[in-house]
Amino acid sequence: MKLSEVPKDDANVLEGKTSFIQYAVDNNGNYVQEKSPGFHPQNIALENAWEDVNEQISEALELVIQNKKSPIYYFMHREIMDTKLLAEYIDLWAWKVKRHLKPSVFKTLNQEQLEKYAKVFGLNEVNDLVNFDPKKWM
Amino acid sequence: MDVNNIAFDHKISAHCENGVSSNLMDFYGLKLSEPMVFGIGAGLFFTFLPFIKLNGAPVTSFRPMPGWIFSRVSKSLGVKIKTQKFSRSPEKAMNELNTKLSQGIPVGMVVGVYHLTYFPAPLRFHFNAHNIVAYGRKNGSYLVSDPTMENPKWISAEDLKRVRFAKGTYKPNGKMYYVTDVPKDYDLSKAVKKSIKHAAMMMTKAPGPFVGISGIKLLSKSIRKWPAKHNKKKAARYLGSVIRMQEEIGTGGAGFRFLYAAFLQESAELLKSQELLQLSVKMTEVGDLWREFAINAARVVKNRPQNNESYDSVADNLLIIASLEKTIFEQLYKLKL
Repeated sequence: MKLSEVPKDDANVLEGKTSFIQYAVDNNGNYVQEKSPGFHPQNIALENAWEDVNEQISEALELVIQNKKSPIYYFMHREIMDTKLLAEYIDLWAWKVKRHLKPSVFKTLNQEQLEKYAKVFGLNEVNDLVNFDPKKWM
Repeated sequence: MDVNNIAFDHKISAHCENGVSSNLMDFYGLKLSEPMVFGIGAGLFFTFLPFIKLNGAPVTSFRPMPGWIFSRVSKSLGVKIKTQKFSRSPEKAMNELNTKLSQGIPVGMVVGVYHLTYFPAPLRFHFNAHNIVAYGRKNGSYLVSDPTMENPKWISAEDLKRVRFAKGTYKPNGKMYYVTDVPKDYDLSKAVKKSIKHAAMMMTKAPGPFVGISGIKLLSKSIRKWPAKHNKKKAARYLGSVIRMQEEIGTGGAGFRFLYAAFLQESAELLKSQELLQLSVKMTEVGDLWREFAINAARVVKNRPQNNESYDSVADNLLIIASLEKTIFEQLYKLKL
């Protein structure tokens, strides 16, 4: 890659916080460092990955609204987690976490368990879980 | 206790582990460029593992196991390092960090990026093999050098603890590492020769179909099957994941080829080798082909065509790359340096 070919495709994936570093060949044939805000294919792939994630979050929200899943299911997807990863953060067996995704089981959770979930999901209050308000998250 | 007396020089790099290694060595008076660290660390690698899924797609990796580069660089130059892990005790992990900092020692750490507060949000997935160095402390916050950031960052103790104990694939478990002894002199030429041989061996002679050139060919073969085997969306996600592994911070396929080419160029000068210089030029050409592959693949990801042709053309790109890399690494392997 020549220095002049270092991609400058800015899709704001770095939010102005830093730059990518690329190594490219200058006019004398020597390798030098050059900053880059992004590369088009990477931007596309990243956008595609986030589309996937966001689609899953919307589907999860819909299932919670229909009372087919508990609010934990929505927040789990919002944190890009699956039950296995969430179970690790909560420090419980995955099958237990899986049960907590059922609205009927979710209702039986005690304060301590709810607080654990709220903490992992970055929620300030357990109330966001217990009295789940879809409008707040749309 | 506040720590503000560690004269650590933060420098940005293309890849986090290179950067941490280079900056840490630099602190102890060993000046090595990022390409040199990458080369001696035999950081060039490829593996495709169709049966292991990460974030819902098969694993493609352009880097060796996390920690490999740093440990190889240290070993080949005779630098002694100490590595510690704390599987279930975050408090102990933070105390150990504080102790080392108060002794004036900069400390490397493996962290997850998902909860890394200063990191750009679009890049915050559950990825656990990121490397940073802590080298200061004030009012309970830590000054860290993250080689993917232009400037040093402050992070609260709570946040640092959280990322050091991120969960999921490759859990860091609070892993930290630091230099304990640096030799008075070292043989850079020897390290360079050995590492070239090693990287060339991994790329051309690793047994099985998953590593090196064989891995690239296997990926090519799999890509051809994706549109028939999976629905449009899944096939696109799989291909998108290859691009992300290739181009995202610190995992770069094309980027790594250019880094390696830069390393070969630097080595050519060190060893006065015309052949290395020529192979550096060839390596650059392969880097350009990887970039072309990414551009082609991104087009497929975006348009999500159903016909197999577009996937075939992407797979063809990889076959050309595989055959060129085979020639280069076979030559590197045989080279008398």
